[in-house]
Amino acid sequence: MAERGAEPEVHPVRRRALRAVRHLFSPLLPDDYLELINPLWTTKELRGRVEKIEWQGSQAVTVSIMPGFNWPGHKPGQYIRLGVLINGRFHWRAYSLTSDPEPEDGLISLSPKVVESGTVSPYLVHRITPGTIVRLGEIEGVFTLPDPLPEKMLFISAGSGITPIISMLRSLDHRQEVNDVVIVHSAHKADEVMFGDVLKDLDDRYPGFRLHLRITEHDSLFTVDQLDDVCPDWREREAFCSGPGEMTDSFLDHFEENGLSDHIHYERFQPVIGGQGKGGAGGKVHLTHSKVTAECDGDTPILEVGEEAGVKMPYGCRIGVCHTCVGTLLSGQIRDLRSGEVGGSKGDTIRTCVNTAEGDIAIGL
Amino acid sequence: MNKNMQKKSPFAHLTEEQILELEKEFDRIHEEVYNDLGERDRRYIKSVISAQRQLAVAGRVLLLASLSRTSWIAGTACLGTAKILENMEIGHNVMHGQWDWMNDPDIHSSTWDWDTASTAHAWKHSHNYIHHTYTNILGVDKDLGYEIMRIDPKQTWHPRYLLQPLYNLALMALFEWGVAVHDMDIDAIRRREKPLSDVWEDLKGISGKARAQIIKDYVGWPLVSALAVGAAQTASQGRMVKPRSEPIRQLLPGSAKRRTLSRLIGAADAVLPVAKRAFVSTLAANATANLIRNVWTHAIIFCGHFPDQTYTFTQEETENESRGEWYLRQLVGAANIEGTPLFHVMSGNLGYQVEHHLYPDMPSTRYAEIAPKVKEICERYELPYNTGRFGHQWGTVHRTIFRLAFPGGKPRSKPGPYKRTEDEKPPARLSEASRYRARMPASSA
Repeated sequence: MAERGAEPEVHPVRRRALRAVRHLFSPLLPDDYLELINPLWTTKELRGRVEKIEWQGSQAVTVSIMPGFNWPGHKPGQYIRLGVLINGRFHWRAYSLTSDPEPEDGLISLSPKVVESGTVSPYLVHRITPGTIVRLGEIEGVFTLPDPLPEKMLFISAGSGITPIISMLRSLDHRQEVNDVVIVHSAHKADEVMFGDVLKDLDDRYPGFRLHLRITEHDSLFTVDQLDDVCPDWREREAFCSGPGEMTDSFLDHFEENGLSDHIHYERFQPVIGGQGKGGAGGKVHLTHSKVTAECDGDTPILEVGEEAGVKMPYGCRIGVCHTCVGTLLSGQIRDLRSGEVGGSKGDTIRTCVNTAEGDIAIGL
Repeated sequence: MNKNMQKKSPFAHLTEEQILELEKEFDRIHEEVYNDLGERDRRYIKSVISAQRQLAVAGRVLLLASLSRTSWIAGTACLGTAKILENMEIGHNVMHGQWDWMNDPDIHSSTWDWDTASTAHAWKHSHNYIHHTYTNILGVDKDLGYEIMRIDPKQTWHPRYLLQPLYNLALMALFEWGVAVHDMDIDAIRRREKPLSDVWEDLKGISGKARAQIIKDYVGWPLVSALAVGAAQTASQGRMVKPRSEPIRQLLPGSAKRRTLSRLIGAADAVLPVAKRAFVSTLAANATANLIRNVWTHAIIFCGHFPDQTYTFTQEETENESRGEWYLRQLVGAANIEGTPLFHVMSGNLGYQVEHHLYPDMPSTRYAEIAPKVKEICERYELPYNTGRFGHQWGTVHRTIFRLAFPGGKPRSKPGPYKRTEDEKPPARLSEASRYRARMPASSA
């Protein structure tokens, strides 16, 4: 099945009214006719209208979107799947939300950086126009500000790694809680810095806000060795790290070596997929609708096991973000290939692309 | 052409190498089209869907005034047309997966359901899988005669076939129900090959679809019409429509003494008979729209495989068939109908049955474009390309149904290798779809 947006929060009266008359339209829904008038009116999925596109440095843009229904709000640092139509096909990508979680103008925003060889980011950066209708997926992600807020915070980011952090900073600003914040942000060139003006503004307004901008074209890359110089009290701080994999890994290791691994929160741009050498038990995968049973070695995603057995499995992004490949777990335990975590109970909706069998399992697919 | 030649396989003259070459040529056409699909194709199917929904709305709204003869005719025509589009160009093709490449959950074979008696799930199995894989193989492709008719001389005659011209008439009127029952695979149930749990699932599915159609077409919208007319009549204090006298007052003699009650009965007397008439006339209009759709789909679908030109195959002939041979069987097992671009849209582009059978998952709008290429292959490899005008195809189908009701019968003469005629300049005529796509600039968005 193709990917679909999130189910919007719709007023119960509206939902009931639509439900009451749906038999007059079967097998379609009243929504299928309402969306002929305005595509945002459908209650089947959350959609939004692009309101404005602004350059964010020379390599990225901020796309502001008005959601069709009340925006449920996100936690600063979370990401959302965005579905856009490019040459007749829907493409989905996950982007961090860069807007304040409680926006005064009701607009939410994402800030994609262009990857010229890609499909979606060049479209968003160069071609999308105000008025375009987009599909909005679930809000996801655990890279968020803790509650209660830590006294002292340190943000380390590079490139477009700033995107989840900018939402955190905007939220702190909104709540007037920018007390003791250090941010070290690296970009390749001066004109590529994203949210330079926002960071500068925060720096001007809050004495407790210290900004260290590094242009790696001239300055050296920010490494763990420089942490003591730039932020001597880093051990007392709650750290948030978002950037390329190697950078995140080196800071994670550094915090771990200092016995502070629970002081660092991080987000990677690319989800880590694969067994990571932590091979599990494996087992038989029984796909009940297809009436197929296949052997799984405990390192291969259930999706691939099914496909190799000749089953037309539903799939989407194949990296655990789009929720297209889901099936219902009917029995057994699964292991998340990203974290190695074992879990799952009967009736759970599981993603076959990032989970493997831990013992024999049955899935309603 | 002598008698022996007629019985010979139309591709007996091809060598193995030629069949392999042909397979590659057919594959290439598919690949070329798939590499070219884009925004313009999406705009086409979106516009057909939008037109269909607008026609349906227009039909339902016109039928609110179903007491007016003009409105009844216009509304029924709109609704019938909408139902035909919904079944043919949209439902059939979406459920073939022709539009799955758009990755749009609203127009996708896994989620689509249609306004007919067979469930999407059952139909996709019996049609997409059984019929399109085993096309025209006697004893396997259940679409050959739909288990109730003898449409190929190789099928053994049985006295029950004497009545097949009558079954056929009934099937024509109730085609959607025939398809629904056919999907159940009665033959397999009789042979006890199908588990009863599956039969139960089928029955549940069909009754669910039946309920949906009854609630919508035979209760819901007639009721809406009745309420609309009733409200109009009340608002205009009985002047809207002159009721044929069916006075409730007379049913309750003596009780009309008190003023309020009398007034109430007077109002009901003016409204109820009119509302009842509106209910019945809207119900009749909806039934007519379903009938129009059934007769039309029956005609188009029967013309796809049962005209004289098509070849049938035995199971032995098709054992260990290569992909190239599969293409060849699809090519000669189907027959086209010539027609205007509008005809092709209304028939779900099944006038290009040959192209559809070669490429069941290709967006229907592309069939008209690839037809010249398919013809060209037929010409080069000396293969038949079955086609004819609608009246001709329909006539030969029904001649066969009458003739084969009786014992015996011989295969009729088959067309020889395709030869381009003088006046045929490829591409012969642009399809409505391609003309549409040519008019719409590819959006920069």
